[in-house]
Amino acid sequence: MPGLQGRGMTLVSVQSLAVRFGGAEVLRDIDLSVSASEIVTIVGPNGSGKSTLLRAMLGIQPASSGRVMRKAGLRIGYVPQRLAIDRSLPMTARRFLSLPRRVSDAEAAAALDRCGVGAVAERQLVDLSGGQLQRVLFARALIGRPELLVLDEPTQGLDQPGEAAFYQLIADVRAETGAAVLMVSHDLHVVMAASDRVICLNGHVCCEGTPQVVRDAPEYRALFGYGTQGALALYRHDHDHNHGPGLAHHHDAACDHDHSAPDHAAKDHAAKEYTAAGHAGEGHSGTGPHHA
Amino acid sequence: MLDDFLTRAALAGLGLSLATGPLGAMVVWRRMAYFGDATSHAAILGVALALATNLPVGAGTLLVALAMAATVSTLSARGWAMDTTLGVLAHSALAFGLVAVSFLPGMRTDLSALLFGDILAVSRADLGWIWGGSLLVAGLLIWRWQSLLTATLSTDLAHAAGVNPDRERLVLTLALAVVVAVAIKIVGALLIAAMLIIPAATARGLARSPETMAALAVLAGAGAVLGGLWASLRFDTPAGPSIVTVAALCFIASVLAGRLRQA
Repeated sequence: MPGLQGRGMTLVSVQSLAVRFGGAEVLRDIDLSVSASEIVTIVGPNGSGKSTLLRAMLGIQPASSGRVMRKAGLRIGYVPQRLAIDRSLPMTARRFLSLPRRVSDAEAAAALDRCGVGAVAERQLVDLSGGQLQRVLFARALIGRPELLVLDEPTQGLDQPGEAAFYQLIADVRAETGAAVLMVSHDLHVVMAASDRVICLNGHVCCEGTPQVVRDAPEYRALFGYGTQGALALYRHDHDHNHGPGLAHHHDAACDHDHSAPDHAAKDHAAKEYTAAGHAGEGHSGTGPHHA
Repeated sequence: MLDDFLTRAALAGLGLSLATGPLGAMVVWRRMAYFGDATSHAAILGVALALATNLPVGAGTLLVALAMAATVSTLSARGWAMDTTLGVLAHSALAFGLVAVSFLPGMRTDLSALLFGDILAVSRADLGWIWGGSLLVAGLLIWRWQSLLTATLSTDLAHAAGVNPDRERLVLTLALAVVVAVAIKIVGALLIAAMLIIPAATARGLARSPETMAALAVLAGAGAVLGGLWASLRFDTPAGPSIVTVAALCFIASVLAGRLRQA
């Protein structure tokens, strides 16, 4: 819902953020802020630093340089990209919601019901399916009236109706509580409808703005639109752009200095995945091995 | 009542179980079994150093165990390959400790007490040390329980919830060093890790929540202590190994019970 953008106080922001793993610079020159009540989605190919950016904004990943600022006492609901649960740890979904702050049974039941997993409250976490675990994680994130929801590929493992319902739920939660949402998503065809602002990331911010602006940005097309049938075809049916082979080499200057071999390979790989998804049409469910 | 050596032994073992139950559960969940080995083996070196420098044995054990636990904890945080690192540290600590002990006159005869414990020789002062240490550890774990569990489940979730996983790891490191210093008298350096892990593993099959697992581990540990002491008297076997033997039998029984229930 454009129009909400830019209103409200800043909850979290980064300035000139850079993150390096060993010698490799994963993120550089990132300036980004999230204000109350806005839904910001980060898109980008595999290895573009999406999860690292989220983790840096949460303070999990130390910044190599630059500044990370969070509003004092910010209440965050976080859904990590993955949660590996050791079989030796007995833990029901209900008990999990009470970590680290204990919540009442009523509160827990309401959150689980809202996420469509009220029936699994007494099941062990290790016995849940991927989609169920994802919903339980989201239920936990909703507890405690978060001001900011940070969601790392929140719909992985969800089926198609589940995915649609999930984005509706995010919109409802934002409307009710005014919580801001910062998420990484691979569901390009819904990102555009569900976000106020889209950040196109590939080690640095290639372009950002409302979905309409980003969709038309050459940098975005360079990342997602190259190959014979770019993923752009999914949501641009007016064919006003060139699908020709030349597009693969059309990069904005800001995107151009990022063609080290592994990164390029990652991009290529991502492009193939998206192309495959594009061919599959609406069958793309976001369950592929997308781990940035 | 405390005049009876058997009563003192039983009380010492029960006190230890209070700490090893919840701590052992944490050790199992976080896959720190080898960590317990390294720390407890280092305790032998602590005993030798304390005797050589006329420090109280308890203090020496605690210090060296703490140093080892802190070393392992730091290395693991820096991403060292833990399997190899711990294998090196645990066994080196044991070897260094045994060599150091051999330099002390009159200590050779007490070596088996160091390695396997001497629960039947627990004094009133020992009893105070054991209960004090165990209650301290149990209290520490209860106080930090929610944060410890969150950090155990996922360091990322802990961070996002304002829990510092490094601080929680430090809490566990401290608790482990105290338990080692306390338990060396009871089961000896070689079998401390067994007292941590076996009762917790026994409890795992029967528990559906972290709290019941910790509580059942306390019960399993206490049962093993009482059963082991009884067996030691009845069959004239060494007390420390008898306690661990009974703990192991309980574990096997719990696995079989679990199988039967599933069938």
